[in-house]
This record gives sequence, structure tokens and C-alpha cells, in this order.
Amino acid sequence: MDNYLPILIVFTLATAYGLWYQRSRGKLKNKSSRLGKPALTANEIGQELGSRVTLVQFSSAFCTPCRATRALLTDITADLDDVVHVDIDAEKNLDLVRRLDVRSTPTTLVLNGAGVEVGRAIGAPKRADVMATLNGIK
Amino acid sequence: MSITNVLKFNTTEDVKLLDARGPRFGALLTTIVLTAILLTGSLPLLLWQLGVFALGAFAGPQASPYAFIYRKFVKPRLSGDMPTEDSRPPQFAQVVGFLFALTATISLLADVSSVFTVAVGFALAAAFLNAVFNFCLGCEMYLRIARIRSAISMRKTPEDSYNLPNL
Repeated sequence: MDNYLPILIVFTLATAYGLWYQRSRGKLKNKSSRLGKPALTANEIGQELGSRVTLVQFSSAFCTPCRATRALLTDITADLDDVVHVDIDAEKNLDLVRRLDVRSTPTTLVLNGAGVEVGRAIGAPKRADVMATLNGIK
Repeated sequence: MSITNVLKFNTTEDVKLLDARGPRFGALLTTIVLTAILLTGSLPLLLWQLGVFALGAFAGPQASPYAFIYRKFVKPRLSGDMPTEDSRPPQFAQVVGFLFALTATISLLADVSSVFTVAVGFALAAAFLNAVFNFCLGCEMYLRIARIRSAISMRKTPEDSYNLPNL
């Protein structure tokens, strides 16, 4: 029985974590743009903000879903001239990463026209969710 | 949209692409082998898995014996689109696996069974998560490590001590 206990613990914890992981990754959470929360500027993200929405993606080299996310967001923003997609190498911008509390990649922030974060997705977001969020921002 | 469509967007970086199903099949075999190691405490089996991780970590995921088994016996039976992925994320996972297996090997030789159990347990959890939930270890770990590393190196510079980064 001694030998089975560690196995039991590992599989139980890993399964619980895995279920949470699968549920949480890719979900786009909308945030209320609370007053006093500092906006991001074009200078900080290295590119002009979109006039309505800016999608700020943080990526890293050891990240499989980052490429799919980049492709999806590039594709979505291609037809929209008031929405901009920026892909930032998280490792080279650690100060910004700390300030925004980005912990894993890909993480995508949804900024409104003023540069205030109104949504965030950790993991690769789904096309329908991104479209719904974009449509909700005037 | 399949992942293969991503290819055309990837023009700036020179990346090596793999069949994404290969590393996941490898994670399944790794899960089985590590379970056996945790149950039996077998040194030969642990040395085998250490060697597998070493090949995957230093020669690339395609060089692993599990990738060979995948190409030889599994891939010919699969049909449909081949999802691709950059070789660096699975290689990162192999490096982490190698470090855990190395820790486990040293503690088994030194007869420290608690460290052995924990090290194999972590490697097993990561392999299992990868196989079953398509867990991306590099996504979750790499940025956290980079943040900790830079925070430590900044703390070594005395003039920055007023402005400590909080990891």
C-alpha cells in the first residue's frame, strides 16, 4: 500500500489541476474599467493604440498556443481598422509584465480606446469570445 | 481553423516545426514509465527515462526514442490534418523532465527516498498533464522563472535596492 499512496496523490492532484487548467485557459474575462486604474500608452506597448480596441498579447518562445493566438488575433484585426493587435515578447519586457501581473503565456489584454484594460484572456482565446468582447466595446 | 494555418503568419522567426501529436504520445509513454518507476523504485528504468529526457532535451524532441516509436508505429496509422508546433516548447518540457529525473537518480543512489518520490512525482504529474490535458509546461513555467531570475539579479545591484521588483 505504501507504494500506491504517492501514485494516488499525484494522479488526484494532477487531475484536479488539469480540469481547472482546461476550464480556465482561453477564457476571456471581462473586467470593469475601474476608475483610477492607469491606462497603457502607445509608448509602453511600442505601437499606436487602436482607436476603439487594442489587443495586447504577451508571448514567449516555449509556448505552443502563442502561435495560434497570434494567428487568430492577426486574422481578426486584419479587417477592422479601429482594432489593433500587438504581440509583445514577455521575456524582453519584464517590467511591463510585472506591472500588469502577467504570469503565463499567451496572455492577451483587451484595452479600450483610452488604453484601459477591460478584459483579459490567459491561454489561447476562442474566436467567438474575442468577437463578442470586441462587439461589446463601443 | 487548424494549427497548420498558422504557418503562413510565421515569417520572422526561424523555427523548426514538428508533428504536435508526437510529443503528446511521448508524454503518454513517459507517464507509463514514470508510474512504473514510482511503484518499483527501479534504477534501470529510471536511468532509461533519464536517457530519454537527455536526448529530448539536448538533441531535440525528435531524437527521443519515444518520437521514434511514434514515427514508426503510430503516425502511419493516423489520418487527417497534421497539427504542427514549434520544437522549442516540447524541448523545454524535456529539459524540465531531465532535471527532475536527474534529481531522482541522485537521490535513489544516495538512498534518500523522500526526495526520489517527490522528484518522480512532479515529473509524472507534468507528463500526465501533457498527455491528458495538452498542458503546456513552457507557457506556465518559463515566464515565472524569467521573472524570478531577473528579480534576483536586480537585487544583487545595491543601487537598485530601493526599487525591488516583486518577482
